[in-house]
Amino acid sequence: MERRPHTKVQAFAESWFHGAALACAALVLLVMLAILAELVHHSRLSLVKFGWKFLASAAWNPVTGEFGAASSIFGTVVSTLIALVVAVPLAIVIALFLVEVAHPRISKPVGYAIELLAAIPSIIYGMWGLFVLAPTMAVHVQPFVGKLVGKLPLFSGPPMGIGMLTAGIVLALMVLPFITAVVRDVFALVPSVLKEAGYGMGATTWEVTRKVTMRHGMRGMVGGVFLGLGRAIGETMAVTFVIGNDHRLAASLFASGNTISSTLANEFTEASEPVYLAALVELGLILFVITLVIQILVQLWLKRLKLRLGAEQ
Amino acid sequence: MLTAALGFAQTLISGAGATFPYPVYAKWAADYAKETGVNLNYQSIGSGGGIAQIKAKTVDFGATDAPLREGELNEAGLIQWPMVMGGVVPVLNVSGVKPGALKITPTLLADIFIGKITNWNAPEIAAVNPDVKLPDLGITVVHRSDGSGTTWIFTNYLDKVSADWHAKVGTDKAVAWPTGVGGKGNEGVAAYVQRIDGAIGYVEYAYSLQNKMTYARLQNRAGKFVEPTSGAFQAAAANADWKNAPGFYVVLTDQPGKDSWPITGATFILFHKEQSDASKAKAVLKFFAWSYANGGTQAEALDYVPMPKNVVDLVQATWREQVRTGGKAVWE
Repeated sequence: MERRPHTKVQAFAESWFHGAALACAALVLLVMLAILAELVHHSRLSLVKFGWKFLASAAWNPVTGEFGAASSIFGTVVSTLIALVVAVPLAIVIALFLVEVAHPRISKPVGYAIELLAAIPSIIYGMWGLFVLAPTMAVHVQPFVGKLVGKLPLFSGPPMGIGMLTAGIVLALMVLPFITAVVRDVFALVPSVLKEAGYGMGATTWEVTRKVTMRHGMRGMVGGVFLGLGRAIGETMAVTFVIGNDHRLAASLFASGNTISSTLANEFTEASEPVYLAALVELGLILFVITLVIQILVQLWLKRLKLRLGAEQ
Repeated sequence: MLTAALGFAQTLISGAGATFPYPVYAKWAADYAKETGVNLNYQSIGSGGGIAQIKAKTVDFGATDAPLREGELNEAGLIQWPMVMGGVVPVLNVSGVKPGALKITPTLLADIFIGKITNWNAPEIAAVNPDVKLPDLGITVVHRSDGSGTTWIFTNYLDKVSADWHAKVGTDKAVAWPTGVGGKGNEGVAAYVQRIDGAIGYVEYAYSLQNKMTYARLQNRAGKFVEPTSGAFQAAAANADWKNAPGFYVVLTDQPGKDSWPITGATFILFHKEQSDASKAKAVLKFFAWSYANGGTQAEALDYVPMPKNVVDLVQATWREQVRTGGKAVWE
């Protein structure tokens, strides 16, 4: 029901508002394109020198000028994957607990505590990871796991405490509050009439949860997961503290590695040679492109989900 | 009140660079501020960062452990002078090994850092240390993840004593480390070494002192195993010929002398020859002159070696001759 502008002032205000909103939206797009242009411009030297080889090479030698993004991309992907594998199931279960099972007297303070977790600066997570989690991993967790499955290449290597697994766990704790908050809101918005219909037909709490609540909130859940993924993939300081900053491709979760963000944080300020600097900017460009591609894929997937779930309803 | 605010804004000099001398610069800055009210803001971001920032003129002075050659200095319009000298010390974390107990030869050090020796109970280490009980524990090498003059001094030494290192790795502020994990800054390396069982790393001596770390004794060129002390750093610096070095470019690793510490280095300040603000330039040079004259005790308390008087005179002569604002000399 649209109100048509009656007076000249109203008409002017309408068109002015439309114009301003359009300009702001265009500004955002412009800034994004400008960032992309700058990244490409400053990484030209490296793009020209290495070409596609840059993506496959794990070399990182500032002395001879040989650079490759493979170890950084690998580290970014693996640490984010570990973070999601740990955080997503945990977030879903916590959200279900808060919405379906808990008494409001419990769910309210727990809800606040989760939101507080989200407000903690990432560098605090990094320090906590280095001073508390890494020694715990080195002394208790990693030797134990090593004894059980140490023969597997995935868990081989000395229990240093710092490394890919520890970085993944720290990241998981960082993205947990975001995913939990979104998923909890999604579950809370499921119409009670649907749930009551389920209960009325004799379904158990778990059956209603699985078949009604989660189904209904699937799109929101996927959105929440990718919010967490976006945070984890670009996280810098927390990861730098605990990942070991090592430019090698290693199969083991206990090994140290590096991510694109941690490499940039460590080496950008002092990269004096032009090719070195260009290689670092190219790493930034790769991260930009990865994030963009993930966003596009998510939007496409959500669209498909909407069609599929919509058809079923 | 506005002029007071402006006055306050002017008494702040900024510098950035090496983490190697950060403990002593911080001490000098604190004492200087108490005495004169002039505040120094020093960011220890690594030598590479310091060089980049002074070239970009975002700070008043840069600090680096890796001295620039004359060509690079002239290209950037900078002068360079040595401020203090210190030692780079190998530190380790092996249960049962006390500070100063472990002896390391040059070849052993290079082989550990290149990844040839991977366990503490290796026969090569035991051969040099018959009286130390070494456990069956993997060696984790800890190096710098950021560009660093400390790395430059350390790899300069390894490059000199190991043909293998020279061929495979080389010397620079950042190198392709064959093995190990990287910590950010001297602080990061110290933190990792303390937390990882079986770790070995290299830090500036003040960091090992302040964190009470386990250091090792090194064998110098004369064949003697020496402890890292102020006396050992001074012995290494005694042979330096500062007068004839253009831009004071002197490297103090692997120096002769039976008491010399093999991995000694000086740390340098970079300053623009052409200064736009004469009073600011004078304020910066005043700080350094004060540090030369009064900072010796604090430097020695942290086991740095202050520059000898003849070098200080040479440096101040350089300030007089080279630092200008629009043709006029800044320093008298």
